[in-house]
Amino acid sequence: MTTVTSAARRFRISRLRGSNNEGVLVVAIAVLAIVVGLFSPSFWSVATLLNVGTNSLENVVFAMAVLIVIISGGIDVSFMAIGIFAGYSVIVLGNSTGIAADSAWLGFVIAIAIGLALGLLNAFAIAGLRLPTLIATLGTQGIIRGVMLAFIGRKVLPTYPPGLESLSTTYLFTDHAAIDTRLNVMIIPSIMICVAVSLMLRYTLVGRGIFAIGGDAESTRRAGFPVTGLRVLIYLMAGALAAVAGLMHVTQVRLANPYELVGGELDVIAAVVLGGASIFGGKGSVSGTVLGVVLIALIKNSLILLGVPGAWQRAAVGALLLIGVSAQAISAVGRRRRGTIVQEEEEAAA
Amino acid sequence: MSGDHPLLVARGISKHFGGVAALDNVSLEIRPGEVHCLAGENGSGKSTLIKIISGVVKPDAGVIEVGGETYAHLTPRQAIGAGIEVIYQDFSLFPNLTVAENIAITSLIARGRRAVRPSDLRSIARPVVERIGVGLVLDARVEDLSVADRQLTAICRALAQDARIIFMDEPTTALTWREVSALFRIVAALRESGVALVFVSHKIEEVLRISQRITVLRNGGVVVSGEASEFDRPALIRAMTGRALSDLTPSDTAWREGQPMLEVEGLGRGGYFEGVTFDVRPGEVLGITGLLGSGRTEIAEALFGVHPADSGSIRVNGQPVVLNSVRDAIRAGFGYVPADRLKQGLFLEQSIARNVIAGSLDRLVGRLNLLRQSVADRLAETSLTNLHVKMSTSRALARSLSGGNQQRVVLAKWLARSPRVLILNSPTVGVDVGSKHEILEMLRAKSREGIGIIVISDDVPELFEVCHRVLVVRRGRIVTELTGDRLSEQAILDELAA
Repeated sequence: MTTVTSAARRFRISRLRGSNNEGVLVVAIAVLAIVVGLFSPSFWSVATLLNVGTNSLENVVFAMAVLIVIISGGIDVSFMAIGIFAGYSVIVLGNSTGIAADSAWLGFVIAIAIGLALGLLNAFAIAGLRLPTLIATLGTQGIIRGVMLAFIGRKVLPTYPPGLESLSTTYLFTDHAAIDTRLNVMIIPSIMICVAVSLMLRYTLVGRGIFAIGGDAESTRRAGFPVTGLRVLIYLMAGALAAVAGLMHVTQVRLANPYELVGGELDVIAAVVLGGASIFGGKGSVSGTVLGVVLIALIKNSLILLGVPGAWQRAAVGALLLIGVSAQAISAVGRRRRGTIVQEEEEAAA
Repeated sequence: MSGDHPLLVARGISKHFGGVAALDNVSLEIRPGEVHCLAGENGSGKSTLIKIISGVVKPDAGVIEVGGETYAHLTPRQAIGAGIEVIYQDFSLFPNLTVAENIAITSLIARGRRAVRPSDLRSIARPVVERIGVGLVLDARVEDLSVADRQLTAICRALAQDARIIFMDEPTTALTWREVSALFRIVAALRESGVALVFVSHKIEEVLRISQRITVLRNGGVVVSGEASEFDRPALIRAMTGRALSDLTPSDTAWREGQPMLEVEGLGRGGYFEGVTFDVRPGEVLGITGLLGSGRTEIAEALFGVHPADSGSIRVNGQPVVLNSVRDAIRAGFGYVPADRLKQGLFLEQSIARNVIAGSLDRLVGRLNLLRQSVADRLAETSLTNLHVKMSTSRALARSLSGGNQQRVVLAKWLARSPRVLILNSPTVGVDVGSKHEILEMLRAKSREGIGIIVISDDVPELFEVCHRVLVVRRGRIVTELTGDRLSEQAILDELAA
């Protein structure tokens, strides 16, 4: 009897906190907003919201790619390389050949195709050659970036094909009080992608299979999941998502720079881990990840407002990554301890 | 249930790996509503037989009749379709998913579903959980469950797949004594509903207690198969090992005369155990037992300096010693064989010889702290020969050895140091009956040579077989000392259950 009641009690408390500490993140974001607002009243403005939105709309899509991989028990450091490869290639292709020049839609379709191809490279290395994911994606990151610089181009391109040019200036909101503070319409597809990934992870057998692999790959095989196929699918999805995010980024900045993005993996990985995804696999949620991305965007925004030098931003995000990982480790220890107490209660009750 | 119409018949199954016959003309019959025990030592072919029946391995010869069909070999899907489920020792569960998901997910895959609705999960999981009448919380994550509840989840998953024959590999190894009783009640209930269970087990007492029929395998062949009532403990051991084993408890009393070589007084460690006082005399094997979580392992770890005690005193040969680290303990002449020998006791990816000398490196170095290889080789060879380790060469990896031989290598490592006190935690878990007996024999021999031996275990027959005295630990305190006439298997069981 003791097990039932104490398990039920634990279940209720964990509900408030969210299964992946989402509740804690909401509190952290609220506290941050209040504190920074006290020091710098300009923080409480529509402009801040729009800035955070602009920053996050591409990063949440990158984060979805990373989330899927991390839940499956892997880690991906090639997603930024895939993103910039796809984004930059679509601009080069549109400018030089006119392919997909008039339609932003087609541009994204081509980006997705590139992302799938590059994702297949990861899938081959990980599901085919069975390489450890960190090393495999570190290798493909180098290959992807090298191939792009060698064959696609090295120049920073200021002119865009008309389709993407017009998308880049289509805004959902414009804050007239603050100059240049706008929110691109791409926030809508970005939100839709998050919802789609969330539904996929929760309500499809593929999604549960991704969690299952992260929990125990051998058991997943024994349960009848096609594990290799599932792994291929994971890296294909991650590639496609990274490509979409990359083109979103290139479109937003309106200056296609092949040297961008790679090196910025930290922000996204930190956001996913802060959002409760376990680096050991098997755990994570879209809502937590979105909150993680928003928290990091807010912190970077706040540091600027507070006049902290840019170099410290990276340090701050790095520290957040460590905090996220430590929080996981601490809660794991807590769970073990609770387990022991339950056992003692049982012994005592019997 | 009458056994007229068997659920499954395997006939004339043979399987060769390379030139070695893993199974040779083996037949097995499983009847509805029976607990059938598959007994045999490591390497007798039990796991190969299970793999063939569950469709993981293809046999070279023989047929399997199940569900009215005859197969030359089964695919995993056909086996599951025929109601055959295997619960492996590690349960193959997903720790990060809920109980309901763990129970239902295999069924969903088998049905070729793409969508997973929470309501489906519950409608699959709830009836099975209710069927065996256990209090599993469907929304709890499996990693938060006790080992026993995880096993129940695995059983429920098998039932959700309409299992009619459930194979369970060493189902009681990780369970406490009370949990084993609970498991046996559920097994009885399942039998009522016509499900057959096949237990693969090393534990003779359990085999005799729970099964209706027993099939004993040895060297890839069936030695005997029959009603459980036709067997007793010696007969079963003889069938499994091919020889009779003496299992008299040590009756020698010479040890009583000796001066204590180890004296422990008022030992305590906050929150784990307190006021632990006992001594060990030369020639004596002392047993310490208790339920999981009683503090028995913590006491052993304190004596070996892994988690030092914070109160009390320890004297070796009358001299007080301070054991604040493993280093201190080794210097004071202690050796410790941990329970989880794969993780803590062996370097699996290193050679057998290197494993043996790993504990004695400080004695094997010459000038400049370089290893004297020839001395080391000699030490390794002598130790391995003394312990009868069966291996191709001492250069083979420790991983390549069977459980029993691995345990001997761990023992060889500590005996190579000639310790004064050797502490063994669950020394024969996962070791087959024959090796188990030899290991226990050896412990007794070592104790006669004057090494103080402490065995930490909850394997009652093992304690009874090897120990002169047994201390029972409950909630961190020694509550009873059993010795002489008061030491019997039943007495230990009663104390554990109290």
